[in-house]
This record gives sequence, C-alpha cells and structure tokens, in this order.
Amino acid sequence: MSNKMTTKQADNLNHWKLRYDENNIAWCHLDMLDSRANLLSVAVIEELNSLLEHFEKQLPQAVILLSDKNSGFIFGADISEFTPLETQQQALDFLHRGHALMNRIEILACPTVSMVHGNCFGGGTELSLACNYIVASDDASTKIGLPEIKLGIHPGYGGTVRSIEHCGPLAAMNMMLTGRAVSSRAAKKIGLIDECVPLRQLKRAALAFALRAPARKPPRLLTRLASHALFRPLLASQMRKQVGRKARPQHYPAPYKLIDLWQHYAGNRTRMLEQEALSVASLTTTQAARNLVKVFFLQTKLKDQGKKTDYKPAHVHVIGGGIMGGDIASWCAIQGFSVSVQDQSPERLAKTMQRAQASFKKKFKRNRRAVRDATDRLIPDHRGDGITRADIVIEAIFEDVAVKRELYQSIEPRMKTDAILATNTSSIKLEDLSDCLQKPGRLVGLHFFNPVALMPLVEIIRGPQTDEQVVARSLAFGKNIGKLPLPVKSSPGFLVNRILMPYILEAVTMVSEGIPAEIVDKAATDFGMPMGPIELADTVGLDICKSVALILSTALGMALPDNLDTMTKANLLGKKNGEGFYKYRNGKAVKNKNVHSDNIQQVQDRLILRLLNEAVACLREGIVEDSELIDAGVIFGTGFAPFTGGPLNYIKQHNKENLQATMATLENRFGEKFKLDAGWELV
Amino acid sequence: MSNKLMHKQQKVYIVDGSRTPLLKARGQVGPFTAGDLAVNAARPLLLRHDFPLDAFDEVIMGCMMPGEREANVARVVALRLGIPQTVPAWTVQRNCASGMQSIDSAWRNIKYGDANLILAGGAESMSHAPVLFNHTMVNWLGAFMKARSTGQRLKVLSRLRLAHFKPVIALLYGLSDDTVGLNMGETAENIANCFNISRQEMDALSVSSHQRLAHAQDNGLLEEIEPMYDKHGHFYDHDDGLRRDTSMETLAKLRPAFDRKYGLVTAGNSAQITDGAAWVILASEQAVEQYKLPVMASIEDTQWAGLDPAVMGMGPAHAMAPIMQRHQFAIDDIDYWEINEAFATQVLGCLKAWEDEDYCKNHLGLNQTLGRISSERLNIDGGGVSMGHPVGASGTRIVLHLAKILQRTNARRGMASLCIGGGQGGAVLIQNAA
Repeated sequence: MSNKMTTKQADNLNHWKLRYDENNIAWCHLDMLDSRANLLSVAVIEELNSLLEHFEKQLPQAVILLSDKNSGFIFGADISEFTPLETQQQALDFLHRGHALMNRIEILACPTVSMVHGNCFGGGTELSLACNYIVASDDASTKIGLPEIKLGIHPGYGGTVRSIEHCGPLAAMNMMLTGRAVSSRAAKKIGLIDECVPLRQLKRAALAFALRAPARKPPRLLTRLASHALFRPLLASQMRKQVGRKARPQHYPAPYKLIDLWQHYAGNRTRMLEQEALSVASLTTTQAARNLVKVFFLQTKLKDQGKKTDYKPAHVHVIGGGIMGGDIASWCAIQGFSVSVQDQSPERLAKTMQRAQASFKKKFKRNRRAVRDATDRLIPDHRGDGITRADIVIEAIFEDVAVKRELYQSIEPRMKTDAILATNTSSIKLEDLSDCLQKPGRLVGLHFFNPVALMPLVEIIRGPQTDEQVVARSLAFGKNIGKLPLPVKSSPGFLVNRILMPYILEAVTMVSEGIPAEIVDKAATDFGMPMGPIELADTVGLDICKSVALILSTALGMALPDNLDTMTKANLLGKKNGEGFYKYRNGKAVKNKNVHSDNIQQVQDRLILRLLNEAVACLREGIVEDSELIDAGVIFGTGFAPFTGGPLNYIKQHNKENLQATMATLENRFGEKFKLDAGWELV
Repeated sequence: MSNKLMHKQQKVYIVDGSRTPLLKARGQVGPFTAGDLAVNAARPLLLRHDFPLDAFDEVIMGCMMPGEREANVARVVALRLGIPQTVPAWTVQRNCASGMQSIDSAWRNIKYGDANLILAGGAESMSHAPVLFNHTMVNWLGAFMKARSTGQRLKVLSRLRLAHFKPVIALLYGLSDDTVGLNMGETAENIANCFNISRQEMDALSVSSHQRLAHAQDNGLLEEIEPMYDKHGHFYDHDDGLRRDTSMETLAKLRPAFDRKYGLVTAGNSAQITDGAAWVILASEQAVEQYKLPVMASIEDTQWAGLDPAVMGMGPAHAMAPIMQRHQFAIDDIDYWEINEAFATQVLGCLKAWEDEDYCKNHLGLNQTLGRISSERLNIDGGGVSMGHPVGASGTRIVLHLAKILQRTNARRGMASLCIGGGQGGAVLIQNAA
C-alpha cells in the first residue's frame, strides 16, 4: 500500500499531512506543529476546513483521519484559546466555527473514518463522532472521553447530540456528566465506536470501513426509547439527583445545563445543536468555568515541576509497611516500578501484602495478568535487603525523630552512593533529621496523602540542606508515579497540613462550644468542600490530627482545643474505631438530620477565614514558590472547592476589604487567632 | 567432543541460594503454582545482590508439572522476576532430580566457558497436579464440538455415560513407573525386601528425620528459607510437614500405604507430597570477580547413573560411587551427605549396599566395599520424610542446604544425591569455598 501512496503537499498545511493511497482514499495525518500532543486548535480546524473544501471539489473514495503523534490521537480543544473569550457572543462565534467543521465532515459525500490510537478527548472525540465510523486500537493507552464537565462546561462541538445518537442517553450522559474516559473496549460495548482491534489490525480495520462503508447499527430499541419525550423528565430528574450528590448547581452549573439541554431539546437535532452552542457559550464565561480552567493549568504546572529532569529509579525501597508505607509501595508497584517493602516481621508484611492485593484488584479489576505482575513487582522484604538495590529509599515509619535518625544511620552505609533518601514525615522538619547523615543532601521529604491511591498531590519537601538535583529527581519521580509533585520548603506542617489544621481546629473548637458537628460540616460543604472538617478529622483519625496539631501548635502558636485531647484519651479516634465526633455504621457517619443553626454564615466564615488567613501566611513566608502553587497544593491536597480556583484566587475574586472586615469582627469576638496576617497585602 | 575437552575448564561457584518453605499438600490445591513458588523463592535472592539482572546468561529450572499456563515455566518465571527479555530460560526434567539437573546443566555450561552467571533451581507444586479427563471423555468432547445442528448435538449428548467422568489423577501416574508397572512405593518395598530392612529401621530413620528438622527449625539452621506471602494476609515461613509428636509408637500405628496387606512402607516413613521451590546462583570465577560476589562452595563433580527401575531408590548408591572412585575418596573424605529421603527404606538400602561386598562388586563394579556412611553426617537437618519432596525442587534444595552445612560447620566436602523414578540416580560433589 505504502509504495503506491502519493503525498499531496497541499499549500499552507502546517499541521495536517494528506496522502492518497491506490484506492484513492485520503489519509489525513494530524501532526500539530510545535506541540507534543495534537489539539483541536483554531489553526488545526482551519486547515482541516481547507482540506474538506478540497475534498468537496474532488471527492476521494473515503477520508481517514489519524494522528502521527506518539502521545495519542487528539487531546481536545486548545484550552488556552478559551481564556481570551470575554463575552458570550465571542464564545458563541468560537463554538460555531467548530460546529461548522463537524457538520461539514458529517455531510461529506464519501465515507469518513476516524482511526484512534491513544488518548482521544473532548474535541477529538467530537470530531470522531462527526465521522461515519470510529475504529480504535485496544491498546491500554487508548482512552476515549468527553471530559469537558471538569472544566465547567460540556461538549460544545455537537458532541452532546452525536454521542447520544451513538450510544443512547444513559451511557452518553453518564460519560459526559462524569467526564470519565473509557477504554476502547468499553467504548465499543456502549456503541460509541464501531470497532476495537489490536494495533496491528488498526489500519486494515480503518481501510475495511472506508472501502465497504457498512450501515451503522442504530442503538437498541430500549436505549432509543430512553430518549423519548415521555421518559426524559423522569430520567433527567434521576440524573439531577445523582449529580446533586457530588456538585451543587450554584457551584457547578455545567452538569445541570447539560441535563436541561437533553431534557428539552433531545427531540430535535437541529435545535439541540443550536442550544448546545448557546449553553456552552453561557458556561464558558462563568466564574466557575474560568476557575476550573485555571485549575487545569495548575495541574499542568505541577506536572511540569517534574519535567525538569528525567528520573526513573530502577528500584524503590519503602521502609514501613503500615497504611501509608504499604500504600505508597503498592502504588509504586501499580505504576510499574520494582518495589521492596520492609517491615519488622513477616506478620506485619502479610497484612501489607493483603492490603496491596486489594489495591491491585481495585485498580486492575479482573485483569488477572496485571494483578499478577503488580504482585510480582512488590517484594516483601523483612530484612531490608532492598536497601542495597534501591535508587530511592522511602521511609514511612512512625513519627519519632530519634527512631528515624537511628534508622537513617543504620541504612545509609548500605545505600547506593547516589540513592535518594525520602521521608514521608508529615510533621518533622528535615533539618532535624538530616544532620545524622554522611550525605545530608540526599534527604528529601516525599509527603503523600491518605488515601495514597486517590490523593493526586505529593509534597516534595526541600530542606535547607537538600541537593538541588535530589529535589529535581524527586519531583520527576513524583510525576512518574502519576502524582502531582509540589515543591515545598521544609517548615512545620509543610503546606497542606499547615493550611488545613487551623480550619479543622476551628471546627473542633466550634463543636466544643456546642455547635452541632452536622452544622459545622454543612457550613463547609455549602462552601464547596468535598467533606466537612469534622468528618475529615474523624476519617484521618483524631490521634493523627492531634499529633500534627501538637507540632503545629508549638511551632505556630495555635491553641489545641480540649475536646481533641479528651476524645483521644477516651479512645474515640474516629472512623477507624467506629466513633469519633460521629458514630460510624458500615463505615458511614451517622448524622443527625434535625439540627438547625441560625448563624451558619458565621460558622462558615470562621472556618474559611482561618484557612484563608493561613494560606496568606504561607504566601508571605514563601513556603512554596508562588500563590498559584499554594492554590494548587490546597486544591489537590485537600479537595478545597476547585470551582473557587483555590484559597488565594478566592480572595482575589472576592472583595478583599469585606473579607478583612469580617476577620476584624471575628477577632473582636474570638480573639487573636483571627488576627489578619501581614501577608494580605501581597495577595 | 574434543573441542570441549580442550577448553580450559572454569571453576563453578555457588554464590547464594534461597528456597520457599515446603508446604504440605493437604488434599486441597495449594495457594501457589510452580511458577508462583519459583518467583517467591527467587525474589529475595535477587533483591539482596546488586548486580544487574542482565548479567545472567540464562535461567534453568527443573519442574515436572508446571501450572497449565506455565509452558516452559523457567521462561515464565524469569520474565515475572523482571529478568530482561534478552536472557534465555529453559526448563529441565529428570523426574525427581529435575532440580539437580538444572544445577548440572548450569555447571556444565559455566565449566566449559559458555556462561558466567546462571540462575538455576527448581519448583514443584504437587498440590496443583492436574486432574484430567479420560480419553473417552476427550473424544466425546471432540465429537460434541464438531456437532453443528441441535439434532447432532442431542445425538452426541445421548452417548454420554457416567464412565466418561472418571478422572485421571495425574499425580498417581506421575508417581508410578509404567515400564515396570510399579508405583514408587512398590519399588521401595522391593528394596526393603532385597536388603531385609525392617519396619522398625524405617520408622527409626523417620523419627530421626522429624527430630532433626525440629532441631534445625528451633536453632535457625534453615536460613535459606524465605517467607512466602499469599493474597489473603497469610505468610508461610517454615516447612509445615514437620510433626513434632512423631515417635516409634505413632508411626507403628500406620498401615502400609502400597502393599496394603503385608507391606512395610507407610505414609509415615515416606516423603510427603509438598509444594516448594529452590534456587542457587552459579558463577564462574570471572563473574565472581566482576560483580564482587560472595561464594559459598564450588561444584566439583556430578554424576548420573541408571539402574533397574524396580529398585529406583538405589540410585544414590549408583551415582555417588563413580564420584568416590574418580576422586579416590574414602568415606571420611566426605564430611557431610545429603541423600534425599524419598522413602526411609531407600536411604537405608543405599547405606547397606555400600557395606555389602556382593552389591559393591556385582552392581557397582567395585573391588571392595565403600564402607559405612555415619548417620551423624547424613541428612543432619532432616529430609524428605519430615519436610517433603517437591520433585522439581528437591535436587536444588539438598545441594543448597549441603553448602550451608559446610559453611556452618567449616567442613570441606559434601555430597548430595537423590534417587529418580524410572531407575536413575544423581549426585553432586561440592567443596567449601572458604
């Protein structure tokens, strides 16, 4: 085939390459100029338009779209092009350009095939859906999705209409509302794509569709019925209920708009397409969407922290097989690293391995080989033999300076000369540990959050003695295990715990003042927190909260509420032993629904302002490099309401004077803990 | 041939080794396949050395019954261990000596300069021995698969009989010798008969085997065992076939297992059916220097012998004799002996044969008797009767443990040997490298 292939170098093509084969099939290769990944940018759309214009004049046998990038198919629209859109009209014009392209592909008189290998998101998926056929490789890297909802919008290039046409409203809405990408196998199952084959067959499969142009099977009757006007209101209300559990309309309007769109216009294709563009245009300009776009770029910014050097340790050794150490070890094994995990006895390691097995099953489901391989990569090591082989040793034992120092002194002589020693301490300063080492520069903090598998952030703690190369390598390691690495200066509580702690302590204090825990938590979730501070404290464990709080209270002069002490002494430790501030039944907090408060606003102010004030203090002290990294750390480390764009962004977007005035009122009433930090000037 | 002989022969060292605990099959499929066992035994071994894994020239592993997904199980294991794809791996079989065959093959390849560093070992999951459909059933299934129409299918279905479901227990056939029509226990009864070995003698050796293993466990003499972890929060760190309450009285109560009425061989004086794996790292002088490897022992010689399958248990007597002759050793030149206890009677038979003038002359081709191997120097930390005999692993296990004994006692030489179903014997001579 390739020997007969002719390349037509059309004029002014920067991003696309057009080749014809002997069947007169036009293969359109996308290879976006100066970009690692393909994006559906304005320029890419324009060029594809010009190609289509050419095809309309000289119709080929068929058109096949494919990517020349190793990184995947198309990652979606170029989000940076959203930022300058200020008015709804501008947004609408922008969207219409995409709509026009999709329609043009759809009505092209020859068969069109999208050939997908690797990631295919957002606009990439919408482009594919506008083609007659989608064939995809069954490679693990192939993921297809419409993740727009995560950016506070929904698909806006006709994706809502076409995805529902392909796989019915239930599967399509589920995909759009969660923003979750699916494997090509799952995509085939729900009817999103037409064929899922091994990579070696992908071209032949695309060719077969292009040449034979088989009729597409319509979705099943039951699936189609779900879109019937009669059932839509009921289904829509179900969807709203489901979304309501995760997101509130005042915080995240996009999912609700998407449901409305479907409910009201699903009966009329043309109108739904029109309304889709209007709906997205109105969303793009919302504060929430702008902030979520910001958060998206913060994520990229964190990943970039890990790209300054490339570092992939051949072997990772974790000391401490408890919940944190064990979870770090199994996470690294899941990510493909060879890992040994050390604990004092086989008894303890047996528990570690059991827990790891559960993580592997959760991650890989019924993929027996993947579970086996991860199990094989995770080596229980009660003697600590892995220390000699390791390129990075992660210490995750209990928080005791003397014990840690003793451990470091005993293991350092066995470590490779350039191996990194990382501690998962959440509260001990690196300076207090490093001076026992021959090479203090090798010690770095690698602060993971619980549960390791779910929390995206890792704080990379730089002590004054830490080598720059060690920091750079640790950041790269953090990125390579699929986490977001955040470089943080060594100081009490680092960034995340320090900002979180005043907020939790204030919550605990309020409960001791007699305000029901349910009210305190509601004030926080009303603000947009994923979980209230009291329930969070219970989940983390009150003993752990107390120990972190103790360290911070001495270092930063925070007062420790009495009830934290009395409860831990009474062995009320939270979720893990069934009772803390709440009682737990089947792992769920039992909450009293009949509690009321006339001043929930003040509760919320007390919580949020202490958090904001501490974030400001961290900015002033330069705990991380800039205010964006504070926002990133707090969002990815605590789940802090992402639609706000982070605590400092929240201050910037709200009336600073008002916030400061509220602080002053609270200071009058509750004392010095509400004293305005000097750093507010800097925000 | 001359090519190999002309080549300067390299010295071959046992660098290190490890094994799993031996887990008794208790009528259930055990938690580990042969591949799993081998992976679990090798991981800690590889972890404690820091040479790159592509330093291995090859991986050789003995195994009779790999899991159904483990064709050429050595290769499966090597890849699962993260040993680079470029390192070849092959599986060897010599029935009960498969784990010794791997060492012998590795030894030869290093000795003649074809390799420098080899991971050699063996594994057996006796509890995973398959239960098969019989041939009538296989044929019936074939016919059923071919049937296309419902009518045809019904017709084939009507031919199905209860007898089709009679299973074939692979382990039973695996432990018998079809050329002479005897199972292994019956060959042991033959030896008891030839050498006039009493039930008391067999039981006494068995009691001693359990006592020795108990002593070894209590005093930490089995340091080559690496704990093994299953998926359900359990770990296994010792040979669990040991019965500390074994005594002449308890053994006397057992019924003969093979010659049901008049036999002497019981489950109590035979090797247990167990799962386990063992590995050694073998290296040339060059590899030892290059990777700064420790050395435990050197392999000095090996020997295979063939004999009447009906008395296969005499294999060690036949395999060790040529080594003794070749090196002109007297009994005392060997400090410690490991003769795998497939059956107590078979170990006793071998000892008696070396003291028997007639046997030495007529069966071993010697001019005089070799003499008496002292019980104090034989299987000093227990053997197959107390810990079991996973056929693919035992050969590696006894060579490794013998090397450990030489180290521990500062002794010079040791000989490890085992009998092989089908009428063979294998032996390895090692020397303390210290």
